[in-house]
Amino acid sequence: MALQSLDIKARSATTTPSPSARGEAVKVAKLIDISKCIGCKACQVACMEWNDLRDEVGDNFGVYDNPRDLTDQSWTLMRFSEVEVQAGKLEWLIRKDGCMHCADPGCLKACPSPGAIVQYANGIVDFHQENCIGCGYCITGCPFDIPRISKKDSKVYKCTLCSDRVAVGMAPACVKTCPTGAIVFGSKEDMIHHAEGRIADLKERGYQNAGLYDPAGVGGTHVMYVLQHADQPEIYAGLPKDPSISPMVALWKGITKPLASFGLGLAVLAGFFHYMTAGPNEVEDDEEEHTS
Amino acid sequence: MSELVKRYTSRERANHWFIAICFILLAVSGLALFHPAFFFLSHLLGGGTWSRILHPFIGVVLALAFFFFAIGMWGQNKITAADREWQKRLGDILCNKTQGLPEIGKYNIGQKYLFWTLVLSIALLLVSGIAIWQPWFTPAFPIGIVRAAALLHAVAGFVAILAIIIHIYSAIWVKGSIRGMTRGTVSAAWARHHHPGWYNDVKKRN
Ligand code: HEM
Ligand code: SF4
Ligand code: SF4
Repeated sequence: MALQSLDIKARSATTTPSPSARGEAVKVAKLIDISKCIGCKACQVACMEWNDLRDEVGDNFGVYDNPRDLTDQSWTLMRFSEVEVQAGKLEWLIRKDGCMHCADPGCLKACPSPGAIVQYANGIVDFHQENCIGCGYCITGCPFDIPRISKKDSKVYKCTLCSDRVAVGMAPACVKTCPTGAIVFGSKEDMIHHAEGRIADLKERGYQNAGLYDPAGVGGTHVMYVLQHADQPEIYAGLPKDPSISPMVALWKGITKPLASFGLGLAVLAGFFHYMTAGPNEVEDDEEEHTS
Repeated sequence: MSELVKRYTSRERANHWFIAICFILLAVSGLALFHPAFFFLSHLLGGGTWSRILHPFIGVVLALAFFFFAIGMWGQNKITAADREWQKRLGDILCNKTQGLPEIGKYNIGQKYLFWTLVLSIALLLVSGIAIWQPWFTPAFPIGIVRAAALLHAVAGFVAILAIIIHIYSAIWVKGSIRGMTRGTVSAAWARHHHPGWYNDVKKRN
């Protein structure tokens, strides 16, 4: 029997209901407070450790980011931005990038392989690589540019929110290791409450636009940020302002496909019944004789 | 044995059936990814991963063979005034009432539409297919292009498969057609009845 915290809410490319007898589970969330992050990358190391991943040793390209981008071996990455938030005031904004665990996940919507992507009842979106066929549709569907295809096995990898730890009541490895308490984990409700306190504090300290990043366009996320400048998330290494599943993906994966499939079936049936009613189109016998 | 008229050379027939085999494999592996209702088809090519790997290679081979084939019949597929007259009688034709139809050439307007639909959709499938080809080419394209290509590929694939369903049915419905592509010849009666303009041309040339 599956662990209760891993009950499944949705599976990719599946048209029948997922096991749901137990009903709603408590929704979990990870809250990343960017104002508290010092960029030590302990979380990046903890992620490697727990998930047993080893990326190539990167290079210095003028900023602290290492590796340069998320990879199949680096499921989380600290992105450093130096931003002049107002004339004469430079801020060093450090964002821990990784899967946002969307409530309405574009990756799952796009995936054509049954059960390669699942969304647990607690909100975690997880890839089951044994069912992955390597088509990369999830990359096409993700509004945050997160999944990465492995050069070694052509399967796609991303942050699991440590679903294996959460299943047995532990916090994700990055949360456990963060020395400043910038990453916290709990029920989504508690995390929103916690964020409210942090935002009030930031506002008192002069960050008038401090706020919570829990974008409604993807139904909210199970990884949220406290931003000092929530009015302009783009300054945090391109965090999208109003992310949503691209209309092109919605059209590609929406109602059009069942309708088109139905249309193909209908075309075959139309042919069959035309033959059975109108009969074949034959050249008259006398015409045939006429030639011999 | 009644008189026979040559319709396709052995090279044309070999190419046609090579394209047909490729197309079936592409339709099977493509539909598997198109909608979960068809995912079981992926087993025919050895599973989802094999379908994903093989599909684009077969696609490129089909596109090459198809354009080679299409160039050979390009000129015969220009739509004429007689074709338009013929089209007005489509309702009668579908009910097998074929008296007094205008004289048409080697292909009727339905076949010509099919030809141009396939030329266009296979060209679009090739271009969009390359942009969604993992892991080789997709990383070279911006995400907006990949999304548009995925949508376009699905639409063009749907159009091509629908066109081929109609094509196959026409061949089954119109008796005496299939031997044109299996044996290379059709009966003179068939030729005179369905493609009188073409029949007269062939007679004149001989
Ligand atoms: C002409 C060269 C072609 C290329 C390079 C190509 C390439 C691709 C690629 C890369 C995919 C993504 C999945 C995969 O990797 O297998 C795909 C999907 C697909 N292909 Fe093709 N293909 C071609 C021709 C065709 C043809 C002729 C058909 C129609 C029979 C077709 C129908 C489809 C369909 C229906 C899908 C699934 C689309 C979806 O899930 O939205 N393709 N193709
Ligand atoms: S951020 Fe991307 S990969 Fe993560 S759940 Fe959302 S759509 Fe899926
Ligand atoms: S690459 Fe794998 S996980 Fe991503 S959409 Fe394709 S089958 Fe699904």
